[in-house]
Amino acid sequence: MNTLIDIRKLKKHFPIAGGIFRRPVGAVKAVDGVSLAIKREQWLGLVGESGCGKTTLAKTTIRLLKPTSGHIYFDVPDEVKAEIERLDSQDGKNSTLTSLLKDNDLATFSGSRLRSLRRRAQLVHQDPFTSLDPRMRIKQIVAEPLRIHGILSDQSPEMAVRELLGRVGLSAAQLERYPHQFSGGQRQRIAIARALATKPEFIAFDEPTSALDVSVQAQILNLLKELKSEFGLTYLYITHELLIAESVCDYIAVMYLGKVVEMARPEEIFHKPLHPYSQSLVASTPVPDPKRRVGRIVLPGEVPSPANPPPGCTFNPRCSRASKECRELEPSLELVDNDHYVACFHPL
Amino acid sequence: MKNLIRIRDLTVKFYTYEGVVHAIDDLELDIRQGETLGIVGETGSGKTMTALAILRLIPYPGKIESGSIIFFDTGLRREIDLLKLSEDKMRSIRGNKISMVFQEPGAALNPVFTIGNQISEVFLLHQRRELGKRAKEQVDRLLRDGDGFAAGIKRPFWRWQKRLYDKISQESNPFEPRFLSHVPLFRRLLWRLENESKLLTVDMLKDVEIPDAARVAIHYPHELSGGMKQRAVIAMALACSPELLIADEPTTSLDVTIQAQMLELFRRIKVEKGASVLFITHNLGVASEVCDRVAVMYAGSLCEVASVEELFLHPSHPYTKALLDAVPMPGKDLQTIPGALADPLNPPSGCRFHPRCPSAMPVCQQEKAKLKDISNDHMVACHLF
Repeated sequence: MNTLIDIRKLKKHFPIAGGIFRRPVGAVKAVDGVSLAIKREQWLGLVGESGCGKTTLAKTTIRLLKPTSGHIYFDVPDEVKAEIERLDSQDGKNSTLTSLLKDNDLATFSGSRLRSLRRRAQLVHQDPFTSLDPRMRIKQIVAEPLRIHGILSDQSPEMAVRELLGRVGLSAAQLERYPHQFSGGQRQRIAIARALATKPEFIAFDEPTSALDVSVQAQILNLLKELKSEFGLTYLYITHELLIAESVCDYIAVMYLGKVVEMARPEEIFHKPLHPYSQSLVASTPVPDPKRRVGRIVLPGEVPSPANPPPGCTFNPRCSRASKECRELEPSLELVDNDHYVACFHPL
Repeated sequence: MKNLIRIRDLTVKFYTYEGVVHAIDDLELDIRQGETLGIVGETGSGKTMTALAILRLIPYPGKIESGSIIFFDTGLRREIDLLKLSEDKMRSIRGNKISMVFQEPGAALNPVFTIGNQISEVFLLHQRRELGKRAKEQVDRLLRDGDGFAAGIKRPFWRWQKRLYDKISQESNPFEPRFLSHVPLFRRLLWRLENESKLLTVDMLKDVEIPDAARVAIHYPHELSGGMKQRAVIAMALACSPELLIADEPTTSLDVTIQAQMLELFRRIKVEKGASVLFITHNLGVASEVCDRVAVMYAGSLCEVASVEELFLHPSHPYTKALLDAVPMPGKDLQTIPGALADPLNPPSGCRFHPRCPSAMPVCQQEKAKLKDISNDHMVACHLF
């Protein structure tokens, strides 16, 4: 498996304006130095609490937001990345580096280059009740990406739309309807059909099932599984429910306050978490099994504000293992085991 | 153990323009004293409506068609049919003997009043007499000691003020008339009354583990985080030590780690206050964490009631089984329930679940199954049993 998306030291800060002149007085560090690689045909789960920067990371990855700093490589060969790395470490302005970045680094893209990328990377939003235009018919909604990207411009998109809707389990009779005539699960299917319209390689899902019931959620997850193997898609799946990530994803990244604190395969996160945060996340996830009620770890306090994160390891005020080192230095993400990364001075 | 609430044949219908929505259909459910009963089900299964029916807060155009909800009042040691009470009596039960925590803590709190103000309102409404007695003692003492001067009271018409004070404080509910707050002596009394309620409020906030409770009490809801707001709402619901606490999806809008804190809090409340809890949730994991017994609802009718262990280890109703199979678990294939949720406008005949049921029989289409005891503390409404 080769790498499809490679994110290097990505940062996205939102300025806070203050004073009479609305000058920036600080920044919300939504994503603060994330490095992440998504392999081709991988289903990567991004887990974390609200406000930890999951959505911002996904939106920045497909360039709906412009990153503050860092690199994003989408389908770039390893040699090119190595070359950029080498030139980057050298001092001074370098015209080769600038042109290489311009050609390969998504963070610098704009205009038509960005548009051609958007054909290949799509996003499915969290709430299907707000992500569909209430004044458009279903066939218009699903055909819109085709129209914008000029796919099938010579013929009517009707056939393609029919096929797409059929693929996600909706009937052709529903083509003329409006979004309000559908239930939550059906709307999410429409949103998925819209994302599939441009035949993308990569789809980011931003909590697609959090507004849905358990039985509908299972239907959607099974649909995603089928689509993935059918079209060879790569997924970035954001969720705050660990159980979903465990059961469907191939690889999980746990985020806390703008940083990835642990990355591992689902079995390892669930049975052998190394970061104290992942451990408490696993322990506080309710499981429908009355036998597993014991040994819960309730974290004290709440997530600090990303505008003013604590110094050192951002988790230290809530961590039971925090030491002096944790309050002063920032741990970096390190490989400890086969494909298991953790950013902690005192892993479990 | 006695049943705190006994719901029998409860039917709730909504008369809408599109037709009659059958929100609850012949529901039969008991809540025992000191237990946590969970109601689980999907959207539109009638979980919230059951809770609202107990409080008689069904919104227009809904109507409680028939049935009875018998509430056993432990204080008075007698049974009351909540559906037959007058609106006045019902008001004295709501928030006092039965209280509710709503789903969205941000929407349940009034944005223009401080947290302390909103919680003390509960005390001022339901415990006015007790608080008033305490306040009167204080004022009496001051009057005795300093003949009014110590209390710093203005003295126009002093004799008249005192006579009014003596006369009215003999009455059973002395602090009602609004105009009294213009009389200086009474104003003093009302201040003391409010002060007493504020002290109780801070105690209440400490009880739900809010750090720095006195400071939080003067905050407005928007200044608090979601978890804090939910704690404040729980404090408000617990203010009068209710016999039944209804929690309607109290953790749905919270993060997992905050949710874990909340579940811990609910468990502690049950032990310390001895209150029964009706816990409504769509998350089966949460239900298995906090509940003693769990009821499963589908399309307005009850499918299965059993103790937690029974329900999760030996689910019997086909719907319960299907629901448990749909929960994502590591190392398990996700099973889906075929078809869509029953249309509440014209629900399927007989058993509501039969069009989606893998083991449906001809009888399921005609007749609704009665709730049957299948083993110790395990009741199922299905023709299979």
